[in-house]
Amino acid sequence: MKATRRKKRLDRSIKVRCEGLYALSSWSEMAYLLAPRLLLILGLLLIPFFVDLYWQRVLCSAGIYALLALSFDFLAGYVGLVCLGGALFIGTGGYFAGLLNHYSHLPLFVTIPIATVAGAAFSTLVLIPCLRLRGIYFAIISFMLPLFAVYIIIALNVFGGTEGISALDTFPSIHLELYLILAAVLLALFAIRRLVNEDMGIILRGVKDNDQAVRASGISITAYKIRAVFIAALVGCFGGAYLSHLYGWLGISLFAMDFSILPIAATVMGGMGSLVGPVLGAFILTPMSEALRGFGQLRVVLYCFILIAFMVYKPEGIMNYLERKYHQFEKWEEV
Amino acid sequence: MEILVYGTVNSIIFALIALGFTLVYGVSRVPNFAHGSIYVLVGFLTWTFVNNLNMPYALAVLIALGVASFLGFLIYRIILIRLRGMATSEIISSFAVSLIILEGLRMQGIAGFKGFIGPFYVLKPFVDGKINLFGVFIDYQRLIIIGVGVGLVVLLSWFTHHTKTGLSLRAIAQDEQAAMMLGVNSDRMAMIAMSIGSALAGLAAVLILPLGSITAEVGYRVLIYALAVCIIGGLGSWGGAILASFVIGFAMKISTALFGALWESVVLVGTIILILLFKPSGLLGKQKELEERV
Repeated sequence: MKATRRKKRLDRSIKVRCEGLYALSSWSEMAYLLAPRLLLILGLLLIPFFVDLYWQRVLCSAGIYALLALSFDFLAGYVGLVCLGGALFIGTGGYFAGLLNHYSHLPLFVTIPIATVAGAAFSTLVLIPCLRLRGIYFAIISFMLPLFAVYIIIALNVFGGTEGISALDTFPSIHLELYLILAAVLLALFAIRRLVNEDMGIILRGVKDNDQAVRASGISITAYKIRAVFIAALVGCFGGAYLSHLYGWLGISLFAMDFSILPIAATVMGGMGSLVGPVLGAFILTPMSEALRGFGQLRVVLYCFILIAFMVYKPEGIMNYLERKYHQFEKWEEV
Repeated sequence: MEILVYGTVNSIIFALIALGFTLVYGVSRVPNFAHGSIYVLVGFLTWTFVNNLNMPYALAVLIALGVASFLGFLIYRIILIRLRGMATSEIISSFAVSLIILEGLRMQGIAGFKGFIGPFYVLKPFVDGKINLFGVFIDYQRLIIIGVGVGLVVLLSWFTHHTKTGLSLRAIAQDEQAAMMLGVNSDRMAMIAMSIGSALAGLAAVLILPLGSITAEVGYRVLIYALAVCIIGGLGSWGGAILASFVIGFAMKISTALFGALWESVVLVGTIILILLFKPSGLLGKQKELEERV
């Protein structure tokens, strides 16, 4: 009889011991936990030294997509709100920052923080009526909102109408703009990771899995959804405000579909619900789509294919896969 | 009078656009975000068949509709069948399909598509000419739309109430478990629903596109209209969808008459937000508010 073999997977002991609670007993265990985090941080901070100016700009926009992917993943993975309208956050953030800069001539170090907070508050206000919905209903509405924003701006012919406003302030140096966005990505990443493990994160996950149970515990789901949306909008609006100063320009293309689709593709590729995955996905997908710039619209088609392929064949995404490999022994054994 | 006539035409256009979407969603709970792209694709195929292959118009339309329903079948068979029940994945993947089709069509020089879809891609109406109806001039194409639209609604309601396939479709929509126990194959029904839904989208395209030109943007707009109608009417509810298309059709026509054409979409979003605020399950939605949506 042919001997059959099977793959055996075992969690590493440190993973078993340290799930949720860190009880470290040696430097090597400390290193084991720190290595992936340091790899990410140092990787992000060191890449700019090895690429030229053009690719540094690409990294800047990758950072923006990473922020968007992060906010999408936070909302979809931890609150259960699938927000297909990442462009709404970019657009509001960008318009707030740009208009403040254009009309009241505030410097960009003032406009970006103001736009982040005010834009987030504004997008949250817009989304509040939709928070009673969930699942596909919320997805549909959030998908329509940025498109409507474009229609309204064209219809009213305000804020520069179809042409937009140019000649906004730009950053004084490439290093500043690069490290600002990288710092923001890392900050948002670790802050949200911390948040979802706090009490609030538990409630939010409760809202996602069984909102009636949360309600029965005397917790207002709407209040928590509003907070979650505000946090996600903060992250997205910072990206928008940063973007309009990055190019010194604002216009209706801030509401473009790209800002809604690429982050989703990045999230699916990187692994939903892992928070690190989407960031990783954005830093892979954006340079890739930049390299394909010559093909025009073909890159949209291409990343849609990637999206579908990951969705159908590898739904867990890169990050969850790597995480599993990192935390487990694997060996073949005789049955 | 003009508002009445053109409002009716508008409403029927909305109903035609939304029928396919609401059929698929009502039966298989699959939000088919590829709806708008199939609409554009059928228009484009018909145009290509007529102008590049010199086919007769009717044959071109038939083939294009066949392609559309086969495509609907394929989308379900290859992609959606693996993602049933995961609403997020269904939305994202069908939207990705839609983007592939639309952006692929927009692109130049791929697989024999010459040039981008520009204003010169215009289907010609079935019958040219205008007629004076109650003192309003209206072209024959719009009259045909009214006729076919009403006929289609009647046909579909007959189909879903009096044929075996139609009854199974409704059974799946009402209670999937019970229907499966009675031997209705849920996946097969969903595939049929996708095929019919895509063909309906295509039919709407063939009827409506002669009024305008075929562009990629039309695809997104059609998707939005279909979603708007379905949300206002209550997702998956037929009567609601038809009622909602009349509400939107007239609201948009009246607002155009009062404020100008640019306000159409503002009125659309306003209507949706009002409906969601006061009646989240839509005008005739049957979902229990607590369980399904809050």
